Amino acid sequence: MAVNLFYFLVFPGLLFSAVVGALLSWFDRKITARVQFRKGPPLLQPFYDFFKLLLVKETILPKQGSPVVFLLAPVFAVFGATTAAVLILLPLLNISSGFRGDLIVIFYLLTIPSFSYVIGSLASGNPLAAVGGSREMKLILSYESTFLLVIAGVIIKASQYFDLNSIITIQHNSRPFIESVSGVILFIVAIFCIQAKLGLVPFDMAEAETEITEGTFIEYSGAPYALIKLTKYIMLFILPAFLTALLLNGFVLKGIGILWAALKILGIVLLLTLIRNTNPRLKIKQAVSFFLVWMNLLAILAIVLAYFGY
Amino acid sequence: MSKKFLIPIGPYHPLQEEPELFKLYCEGEIVKDIKWETGYNHRGIEKLSESKTYDQVFFLVERICGICSTSHPFAFANAVEEICRIEVPDRAKYIRSIIGELERIHSHLLWVGLAGHFLGYNTVFMWAWKYREPVLDLFEMITGNRNSYAMFKVGGVRRDIEAAKIPAIRKVLAEVKKKTDLLTGAVMDDPVIHARTKGVGILTKEDILDYGAVGPTARASGVAIDVRKDDPYAAYPLVNWKVITAEEGDVFAKAKVRLLEMYESISIIEQCLDGLLKEKEGDIAVKVKNIPEGMGTGRAEAPRGEVFHCVFSDGSNSPARHKIRAPSYVNIATFKKSCIGQSISDATISLAAVDPCYCCTERMAVAYDISTGKRIMNGAEILKASAEKTREIMSKLK
Repeated sequence: MAVNLFYFLVFPGLLFSAVVGALLSWFDRKITARVQFRKGPPLLQPFYDFFKLLLVKETILPKQGSPVVFLLAPVFAVFGATTAAVLILLPLLNISSGFRGDLIVIFYLLTIPSFSYVIGSLASGNPLAAVGGSREMKLILSYESTFLLVIAGVIIKASQYFDLNSIITIQHNSRPFIESVSGVILFIVAIFCIQAKLGLVPFDMAEAETEITEGTFIEYSGAPYALIKLTKYIMLFILPAFLTALLLNGFVLKGIGILWAALKILGIVLLLTLIRNTNPRLKIKQAVSFFLVWMNLLAILAIVLAYFGY
Repeated sequence: MSKKFLIPIGPYHPLQEEPELFKLYCEGEIVKDIKWETGYNHRGIEKLSESKTYDQVFFLVERICGICSTSHPFAFANAVEEICRIEVPDRAKYIRSIIGELERIHSHLLWVGLAGHFLGYNTVFMWAWKYREPVLDLFEMITGNRNSYAMFKVGGVRRDIEAAKIPAIRKVLAEVKKKTDLLTGAVMDDPVIHARTKGVGILTKEDILDYGAVGPTARASGVAIDVRKDDPYAAYPLVNWKVITAEEGDVFAKAKVRLLEMYESISIIEQCLDGLLKEKEGDIAVKVKNIPEGMGTGRAEAPRGEVFHCVFSDGSNSPARHKIRAPSYVNIATFKKSCIGQSISDATISLAAVDPCYCCTERMAVAYDISTGKRIMNGAEILKASAEKTREIMSKLK
């Protein structure tokens, strides 16, 4: 029990993944700034942001709407993200081997933050948040099926093992899944899914500052908003980590392997950052058809290729 | 989902950095009706103008708009010169046109950046505004100010552009042209930008004529209306250039027209600089003793369209009545056509596409020490700091 609590709260759960995620968020902001000829924030800026929201800023509750649901939604989001972090990182960091079928659990846990955002926005009673919430809902409905197809593709490549540990071991023993045609296609599709899961441009229409002024999060302030930021930090770390485990051979935490592990995560975050800095925001309709038609087709193609061993 | 709900854009909203209120009545994501309220910035400029002398009015109307700050003095000068029936020297005409076109370049660059920002494409925003910086520095070199140039007066201009400065201007222009190429390429070839702007917020030729829209908004719908050609003033009849039009009338066409207009502006400035070299240096204004009784109208093509000034003079040293019409006044009304039936995402970029300017960058700057509450820089010191910056830029450009 104590060990599990330690896993959840300190390593590799809440504290560890939040700190790494915050540093990655600094990396993302710094790269963005350099692309845009700006100087960028100092290394500890994400921590300043978080603690200022948590400790200094007051929490304002919307008059209309349901305060209990409104306040609980960010808590659910943090719990979902942290539990997913534990289940992903334990096998990935080679601490414990997880359990059979944990892939399915991780998939469900990763959707909890997005659903919490929707619930929180609808509980705030703000029309702009309602628009944001409905957009987020449409987005979830479109990219989740694609993400599931990506996982299905990986499972087929891993000769139908349903747990993360076996997937990593199989890659260690033969070669990483990315070194095949279907692997490359799955990687591309997965990157776009992660982009949408993180709510980055071009899939940030649920927030859309210049249209609906941060949509889903418009009514959040103070500590609840700090929790949302925390969730975003954690997600920014665990989604690339999950992708690393699925397709990029996981981590080998010995000697030069540690450097490689860091480079894999940084590389994926860099890719996400570059995508978000070289594209305008899509309309929700375009995003839905992008995932439901094009990305699904690509994913199915990858699955067929994987089935025939390419 | 048949209940209409209100999406407010404004009075303070990240879409537009000026206070105004657009009420979008939506069903789901579709805008069913739109109403707007402006007037948050009313400053009574027309009334103020009646209490100022003609020389002072130039500084006043310059502060109507912070972005197209030379178009208002331009139109006012045209109006007063019509009352006086004077012809300004060719050199002054060239200088006026150079200032007007430089302003068009920086204003269009600003719009391209903002349009990118509205689409969530912040990289374009930052890049366009960085490329706009050399133009503002050029203004500082020519006029001493980055904005509100104080170049115009009745009968001519206040400062000359000496021959020594011309190579520096040409150098900056070449640089700007290169950057414009880059931006145009980035906007014209990006498939995602196409997906977001093509077929969005379409204004047909009839809509433009019905609403009397002007400027790039009209030209993007195939209406070749441009005061510089239709009612030539300053040096525009003396140089070669063409009116840029597009037929589609959507947001993409408006962006295209603005980007291509920047090339025309660069070419106009180049020709004006050639013209300056032929004229005698120092011959920049005619002396005007007094303004006779009468009425004069002046028009100028601002970056956003036609600016119209009408001045009544009773023979005294200040206008008896001064009427101003800015281009956004007519362009804003087209939202009724371009936004209804669009989704919220499309409506917001359609609002931004006419580059509405609510004429409002009045400001006063005083630096206070927070702890003691004392003024640390007074007006004269701020002015001195600004002049030092100007000298620094001038020395760098030479």
